[in-house]
Amino acid sequence: MSWEIVIGLEVHVQLSTQSKIFCGASTAFGAEPNTQADAVSLALPGVLPVLNKGAVERAIKFGLATGAHIAPRSVFARKNYFYPDLPKGYQISQFELPVVGQGALTIQVPAQGKQPAYEKVVRLTRAHLEEDAGKSLHEDFHGMTGIDLNRAGTPLLEIVSEPDMRSAAEAVAYAKTLHTLVQWIGICDGNMQEGSFRCDANVSVHKPGTPFGTRREIKNLNSFRFLEQAINYEVQHQIAVLEDGGSIQQATVLFDPDTGETRVMRTKEDAHDYRYFPDPDLLPLEISEEWKQQVAATLPELPHTKQERYVRDLGLSAYDANVLTQSKGIAEYFEATAQACNQPKLAANWVINDVRRFMTEGAKDENGEPAASEVRDGVPGRDAIRVPAESLGKLISRITDSTISNAGAKKLFSALWTAQDTTNVDLLIEQMGLKQVSDSGAIEKIVDEIMAANTDKVAEYRSGKDKLFGFFVGQAMKASKGQANPAQLNEILKAKLAG
Amino acid sequence: MSLSTQDVEKVARLARLAMSPSEIETSRNQLNGIFGLIAEMQAVDTDGVEPMSHSQDLAQRLREDKVTESNQREAFQAIAPQVEQGLFLVPKVIE
Repeated sequence: MSWEIVIGLEVHVQLSTQSKIFCGASTAFGAEPNTQADAVSLALPGVLPVLNKGAVERAIKFGLATGAHIAPRSVFARKNYFYPDLPKGYQISQFELPVVGQGALTIQVPAQGKQPAYEKVVRLTRAHLEEDAGKSLHEDFHGMTGIDLNRAGTPLLEIVSEPDMRSAAEAVAYAKTLHTLVQWIGICDGNMQEGSFRCDANVSVHKPGTPFGTRREIKNLNSFRFLEQAINYEVQHQIAVLEDGGSIQQATVLFDPDTGETRVMRTKEDAHDYRYFPDPDLLPLEISEEWKQQVAATLPELPHTKQERYVRDLGLSAYDANVLTQSKGIAEYFEATAQACNQPKLAANWVINDVRRFMTEGAKDENGEPAASEVRDGVPGRDAIRVPAESLGKLISRITDSTISNAGAKKLFSALWTAQDTTNVDLLIEQMGLKQVSDSGAIEKIVDEIMAANTDKVAEYRSGKDKLFGFFVGQAMKASKGQANPAQLNEILKAKLAG
Repeated sequence: MSLSTQDVEKVARLARLAMSPSEIETSRNQLNGIFGLIAEMQAVDTDGVEPMSHSQDLAQRLREDKVTESNQREAFQAIAPQVEQGLFLVPKVIE
């Protein structure tokens, strides 16, 4: 009997507030060390925390978006441990009564080898508000450690899943879905390089039908690739130990991207005893039904709802609907394009194939490297799309009304991407000479000339060499400088060749 | 419930307090006194009373999400024992 993999994720999402969770210091990334560390961030004596309404609103949004229970009353607790980047000696978090209770996230796991793509519901255990710690810099400061407290007090939402995932692929699909969702509802900038979205993975293996195995927790994975590599390594390691007759000790491990291995950070014996208790500096957080309603009114249509609507109302495939909703920017662009041309399927094809390709290829700097500002974790922002949706809509309309051919449309799109004026599509069609010849008289004249110049081939075709049809199409296209309407040309050629 | 010497030693270690055997004994007696008070309170019938997480029966007040603090690094670091390149320096921490 083979091993079953069991994975649960804890994700720390940095909330996109202007100020910190318990004080008015800025949360902007990249400032000079300690210039955003005020008296509260430094834990100077006598300071008191005051909760940021913006952080609570974002937690409510997340709860609403995952169909979770939002606690009418939740409590902040002190998590006690000693580390120099935590000057208070405790982290303010939530323990027994978190702000967001049980919810669920539907994920699409992509096809792998012979296994087709499938959908799965991952249950969410809870999500709670807490403050981030500062940063320790272990480079050599004459044998000392440098402490930057700019990040101390930055609001985090820790989202905890049930151990519902059964492969690294499922864990990555879950993390990606969550990553899309938090950006979609505007509670997190999603920037993984800057640490705005950090994953911890709890991994264990067991034989189906037996209790779950002992888990090890892989800390601080800040890319989807590392998440996948770390889980796969950890699973292989645990299976190897168990099959050798050993046992797994509960532990916290770190992933080393250079070696692709995990190594033990601390075992259960020296695990922290956090001695949580309700923080006497903070009163219970109350969230009224009315406040929830107000926040609900600001929520955009969610990715999953959009997918269902695209399939049901616009006739798109589930796959296409999924691709189009991987970012809100792409989804909005697609909808604007579809509306402009009233051809949702064509609009979907253009956005999925051409627009996305140009976004990734177009968003490269002079060295051919992806420009960081535009492509973030493989999902470029809408600002990377150079052709306005109205122009792409117009281009599609010009295909459907036979003004331009598909081949001409590709050339036009490429030109539009780099054009100064990206709005006057018809003028560009004119300037590029892409207008198809749809005048049947003109096409007939071309066909007649070609047949006259190739009487031998005409005879061969008529004696049964059907393959020559392509030759005539090629000649006619060449003679029309590629501008003959292909459907019309085929029709006329067929009729004339038949004699 | 009463605490053993080992219990007090463990709590002292978690709180990073260095305590002599006589201090441990004093603390053990004081803590056990507090447990005595708790035992008395637990004798009160609290059936149907909603537990509170704070002594004041009020809800948390919230502040608007606005940056109100400016950079005062120089003032804060003037009282720090050691700083370099804007960082506070502390004895080396190894994870």
